Amino acid sequence: MDAKELIARRVAQEIRPGMLVNLGIGLPSLVANFVPAQMGVFFQAENGVIGLGARPPEGMQDPHLTDAGGGFVSAVPGAASIDSAMSFGLIRGGHLDMTVLGGLQVDEAGHLANWKVPGKMVPGMGGAMDLVTGAARVVVAMQHVAKGEPKILPVCTLPLTARRRVSLIVTDLAVIEPSDAGLMLRERAPGVPVEAILNATSARLIVPETVPEMQL
Amino acid sequence: MKGALSPQAAAELIPDGASLIIGGFMAVGSPQSLIDALVARRARGLTVIANDTAMPGKGIGKLISAGAVTRLIASHIGLNPETQARMIAGDIDVELCPQGTLIERIRAGGMGLGGVLTPTGLGTEVEDGKQVIEVDGQRFLLETPLRADFALIGAWQADYVGNLCYMLTAQNFNPMAALAGRTVIAEPESIVPVGVIAPDSVKTPGVLVDHLLVRPAH
Repeated sequence: MDAKELIARRVAQEIRPGMLVNLGIGLPSLVANFVPAQMGVFFQAENGVIGLGARPPEGMQDPHLTDAGGGFVSAVPGAASIDSAMSFGLIRGGHLDMTVLGGLQVDEAGHLANWKVPGKMVPGMGGAMDLVTGAARVVVAMQHVAKGEPKILPVCTLPLTARRRVSLIVTDLAVIEPSDAGLMLRERAPGVPVEAILNATSARLIVPETVPEMQL
Repeated sequence: MKGALSPQAAAELIPDGASLIIGGFMAVGSPQSLIDALVARRARGLTVIANDTAMPGKGIGKLISAGAVTRLIASHIGLNPETQARMIAGDIDVELCPQGTLIERIRAGGMGLGGVLTPTGLGTEVEDGKQVIEVDGQRFLLETPLRADFALIGAWQADYVGNLCYMLTAQNFNPMAALAGRTVIAEPESIVPVGVIAPDSVKTPGVLVDHLLVRPAH
């Protein structure tokens, strides 16, 4: 299992039946592959659909039905199409149960930076600030390190996406839960010792007596 | 509704330097012929308010590539490297705005509200230079309303009085944009007799629409 699949499988375990969930583009979008249809979960694409479905069969794509990355999608039975005001009303009004987003950095306060690298990459925040501010639960799905550099830091050096503390960080090495006391190490990836996680993290982690392996 | 226009005639109505709110999300639901006509008439100095600038060669991306836009308010330009390059070169003044805040600012403009109070952006760069207002102990950013000289709408169907309905994710910013333009020009994919669009299916009432674009058959 590669790192992305491991992260997506572990994040999928956070999703409960009947939830309304928004998945970011890229790695987070893989989570849908590991959520069984019978759970009755509705995925939202913020450009205007509740009940996002799989890619349509070849030749069946319709330009009126795309996801937030502009890719062709389908819709599941019970889906609803909505305009952007309704879509962000769901997000900002506390009606979205969970969002899963990628991250550039997360810090000891549980703050996320994921929209800008000054001087290098200024794509714009899109819906990320609204999602982190408004969703009931915010799960960050990301690689633990980028090009050898830790992404979980004492304090984010990149511009923050929101002041809100995220709910959970899932990486290819660990599951970490930000709390009042700091970052709690909750789980480790199969075969990964705690020492390896500490070495790949520049933030201080609180390590309980036992850190179980992820059950994938 | 004042009547139907060719894309060329509509583009002539829009002077250089005008402000435009344009519907669409990654070009889905954008008024494509109208954009093509603005490019063809070599429009200049436009202010564009829209979710994104799609990508080069698509939707609003064509206006960017043509050098028609000097000011942009959008939530995302990450998939159009030309917009980023022109921003860095100083050719386009770009204001980035969270997507939910952007649609609410357009809604506020269109509905006559003095602004929007939202926690989105608090404690981030988005807060810079903005007023923070406390309501019942909770802090909010004051985000100001947006209006424009023209709203350019992409719709699925229109009827003869200008009632509009939209298809799936092609509605996005369009219904709110139609409220916030002083002149509203809608480009439907088909025009049908009055009555074909059931009253309950109308998302933009025709009273908001000034002009429809004629279909290419004309």
